[in-house]
Amino acid sequence: MTTKMIEHETLEQLMQHDDFIRRHIGPSNSEIEEMLSTVGAASLEDLIKTTVPASIELGQPLDLPEPSSEPETLKQLAEFAKKNQVFRSFIGMGYYGTHVPSVILRNVLENPGWYTAYTPYQAEISQGRLESLLNFQQMIMDLTSMEMANASLLDEATAAAEAMTLCKRAGKQPSNLFFVADDVHPQTLDVLRTRAEYFGFKIVVGPPSEIASHDLFGALLQYPGTYGQVEDLSDVIETAHEQKALVAVSTDLLSLALLKPPGEMGADIVVGSAQRFGVPMGYGGPHAAFFATRDAYKRSAPGRIIGVSRDARGKTALRMAMQTREQHIRRDKATSNICTAQALLANMAGLFAVYHGPEGIRNIAKRVHRMTSILATGLGKLGFPINQTAFFDTVSVTTENAPEIVERARQQRCNLRYSDAGTLGISLDETTTEQDVELLWEVISGQAAPFTVLQLDAEADMSANQFPPALERTSDYLQHEVFNKFHSETEMLRYLKRLENRDFSLTHGMIPLGSCTMKLNATTEMVPVTWSEFADIHPFAPPEQTSGYDAMIKQLENWLVEITGYDGISMQPNSGAQGEYAGLLAIRRYHQSRGESHRDVCLIPSSAHGTNPATASMMGLKVVVIKTDENGNIDMEDLVARADEHAEQLSSLMITYPSTHGVFEETIQEACQIIHDRGGQVYLDGANMNALVGLTTPGLIGSDVSHLNLHKTFCIPHGGGGPGMGPIGVKKHLVPFLPNHVLRHDNELPPGGAVSAAPYGSAAILPISWAYIHMMGEAGLKKATQVAILNANYIAARLKGNFDVLYKGRNDRVAHECIVDIRPIRDACGIDEKDIAKRLMDYGFHAPTMSWPVPGTIMIEPTESESKYELDRFCDALLQIREEIRQVENGELTADESLPRNAPHTMYEIADTDWSYRGETEQGDGEPQADERRKYSRHAAVFPSHSTRQSKFWPSVNRIDDVYGDRNFVCNCPPLSAYEDDLDS
Amino acid sequence: MNPEQLLYAESHEWVHVDENNGEKIATIGISAHAVEALTDLVYMDLPGVGTAVAAGEPFGEVESVKATSELYSPVDGEVTEVNSTLPDNLEILGTDPYVEGWIVKVKLSSEDALGKLLDHGAYEKMCSGS
Repeated sequence: MTTKMIEHETLEQLMQHDDFIRRHIGPSNSEIEEMLSTVGAASLEDLIKTTVPASIELGQPLDLPEPSSEPETLKQLAEFAKKNQVFRSFIGMGYYGTHVPSVILRNVLENPGWYTAYTPYQAEISQGRLESLLNFQQMIMDLTSMEMANASLLDEATAAAEAMTLCKRAGKQPSNLFFVADDVHPQTLDVLRTRAEYFGFKIVVGPPSEIASHDLFGALLQYPGTYGQVEDLSDVIETAHEQKALVAVSTDLLSLALLKPPGEMGADIVVGSAQRFGVPMGYGGPHAAFFATRDAYKRSAPGRIIGVSRDARGKTALRMAMQTREQHIRRDKATSNICTAQALLANMAGLFAVYHGPEGIRNIAKRVHRMTSILATGLGKLGFPINQTAFFDTVSVTTENAPEIVERARQQRCNLRYSDAGTLGISLDETTTEQDVELLWEVISGQAAPFTVLQLDAEADMSANQFPPALERTSDYLQHEVFNKFHSETEMLRYLKRLENRDFSLTHGMIPLGSCTMKLNATTEMVPVTWSEFADIHPFAPPEQTSGYDAMIKQLENWLVEITGYDGISMQPNSGAQGEYAGLLAIRRYHQSRGESHRDVCLIPSSAHGTNPATASMMGLKVVVIKTDENGNIDMEDLVARADEHAEQLSSLMITYPSTHGVFEETIQEACQIIHDRGGQVYLDGANMNALVGLTTPGLIGSDVSHLNLHKTFCIPHGGGGPGMGPIGVKKHLVPFLPNHVLRHDNELPPGGAVSAAPYGSAAILPISWAYIHMMGEAGLKKATQVAILNANYIAARLKGNFDVLYKGRNDRVAHECIVDIRPIRDACGIDEKDIAKRLMDYGFHAPTMSWPVPGTIMIEPTESESKYELDRFCDALLQIREEIRQVENGELTADESLPRNAPHTMYEIADTDWSYRGETEQGDGEPQADERRKYSRHAAVFPSHSTRQSKFWPSVNRIDDVYGDRNFVCNCPPLSAYEDDLDS
Repeated sequence: MNPEQLLYAESHEWVHVDENNGEKIATIGISAHAVEALTDLVYMDLPGVGTAVAAGEPFGEVESVKATSELYSPVDGEVTEVNSTLPDNLEILGTDPYVEGWIVKVKLSSEDALGKLLDHGAYEKMCSGS
């Protein structure tokens, strides 16, 4: 019998304020019911009750707004945007106006094919952005004239801090003194001071000419200086080298199109920001910083480096090089904890150079320099001589009327730099117009200038460089074909699409990377990022122009306070690793304030992410490892024993919850208590916050500080390897020890102590997290967490009997991810986790996290955003791969003959007339021998499932040889022909 | 060199001591077990001749696709010779870790540290136990 429903919805229901919840969460309500029965739970509430310890459950719902629809949320964000005032910025200091080429804006920055990809660990399905990042490295090497460059760092100031540690590590000098030139950007100095303190370095600031009078291990110079002066640094660098000290130069990329590069002056390290290469200022970020050095120091260089290698069939292929340098292997010997880069922004900057080419870049630099020359000449005529004797794009004037002039400029919607008494800084950029220069003359002199830009330009020879001939650049740059081929928009568009098509992103399928939380990055969340009112704001713009931003950030902070159960939030850290750093810094400062600076032991479970011990080591803490028991939980006896042993020196415990093993440990509150009883503080790593939101809070659990990966739990996309955001939350007693900033400070806190260049880190991506929370509300966020846990348990249930889940909690439940043990399979037949990961590519999936936190395993985190259809597709693929492995276990095939071992398969390979195991390089040597012929069909190789037959994602290269690439390290661009077809060339 | 006649550090370096003109020279390498555990080696950083080394302190670094490990000196003394062909031919460590794969030679300043090293049997036992 069917009943016809007569529906009487209220108007409120018809408004569908909560519509976004079902857009964000993959499974529908009826699918959730089905999945609950598979995992053996009566309801979502029942699932949570049997999974999460009762003692940490929230007593009442979080106090968050009701859910809002997508249009309502965009309207709200537009209200914030309207309160920001976009003034013409002449502030400079490392942040400049730029024209983002529209073809890059729409096809890269605003394109989920680029922004939803993960860090290119699975290189065979990441060749597009790997090529693009290699272009970025080549561009940096060319412009700085250095032998190698990495694939970006978080910002210029932290890049300078990394340079300082490299000077110490590579230079091997006993001195602990690091010299910083007095014309370095103030925010860079702020971060250097913070970083130096716990490394035990002494920072001395002075004019570069004084370098000889110090016994130093390294130095940082700025070129051009923060107020624009350009000096030849060769002598200073030579003086430092005579003392066996290394020299880092912080530079401006655009200026190097005209100026002699630091590499030709003997610099050992060159750092800076690539922001003005087509990335909006965004109130501080995100942007890509760069780090270039000499070949001799490549193995000490921080961050990710893209290198050239070859695949199983001998074809040129790219991948991240020297992965063992990453902190997760070095652990407590690390001098850097950097993980996340700024891949999306590095790609934009590299593509800016591809788009413009060497002539285009040179033209932009020449125009900026010409405008600055005309500005300076005009200022001289008006009675305001500039302070610089040589400059590129920045000049300053000193006048007693400075405050008045700054005010006049603001009336005309212009921002000048004004910090030191009486000195005004003016930086021009790509976007500066003739009218802008004339306006500057007017606001500075107080009346319209009696001449125009065109008149001055015609009057004298303005084409001469305003720096000595010895500082003119004579060497070529951007000569590689890639920078000289795609200058028509049609060609550029197709190049961008070609790169994008090689990369697997969330637009293709699930990326079930454990610990990475690859959830939906909703389009509505992304839309505001490129609005001019958010994108075109300088980080040091006066507060009255940024009230929209500040109000939005404040509200987001309040929500995060509620979600974490803490009392204060700092938005400054630019990544999870930086959040860890800021968190331990707060603990260190807190102990210091209580006269307990001797507390320097940090307890870390053996299952922790390698970043934890790396960060502790950077803070001058001694790492003591806590054992885990056979169930993967913290060994509580060992915790008590170590805490007692080091009670007097106990600084902190760093712990991840739910654990890195994907389990809700029942003893977490007890662990916090043990630490607190001995005077220590608890750092709860927020990497797994996606399993907690709305169910419990770190504050309730009992920890003192956590970072939040906004790029995991709160929907900021991973950008193919960055950006990220790692704000920290702290309990009340730690609030006074949060990072502050020398230029833009919260008056309740002492100035300085920054961990990032910009006061709010990468502010431009904060609207994403704001929009997510605003649309989901309390009900949506809680349901998202419940479904994230359901999805993981559903996968574990579906794999049961074919794969073993390594660790489980109470009632055999996992948290929001599960570790599948491949070691029994490997031991039985030789097929390992890598074979399975690569074979998943043939089925149209990105692999789960491999061999972390336990070697020989894969860790699967589906997130709440994946539908039942996609989860089933994934489980079906894994189960079918299990059958392929059984062919090896049964002795039908050897491991080397099997489908997983030969994965991934490429289109080129199956089109090969010679369908054998040997590579194409031997093609033409006659018919393959019987034992060389494949034991499986082409069809089984590339169309193993129904979904692949409908729509196929093709890996662009075969399995990549990491050993070859690391033994033969190359980090510059190979000729384009190498990518095309090695056989035809 | 016969691996059964060598001494071993718990950190997997092997030592063979020779006497030459009244000076004791230790030849140092890493064990086959260590090479296997590290998997494919890609890089090695070695000290210069004349570098002073101390027992238990790092004197170099070896890197594989999976891990970076420090090389710890099992003895006290001064480096007199370095196998400079090794960094460019790391596969030697896989094929012949005890003869061609020697890493450094050290003139001993004291023999104190030798007493703390394991013989082959004890080392094998340690490896199989871990």
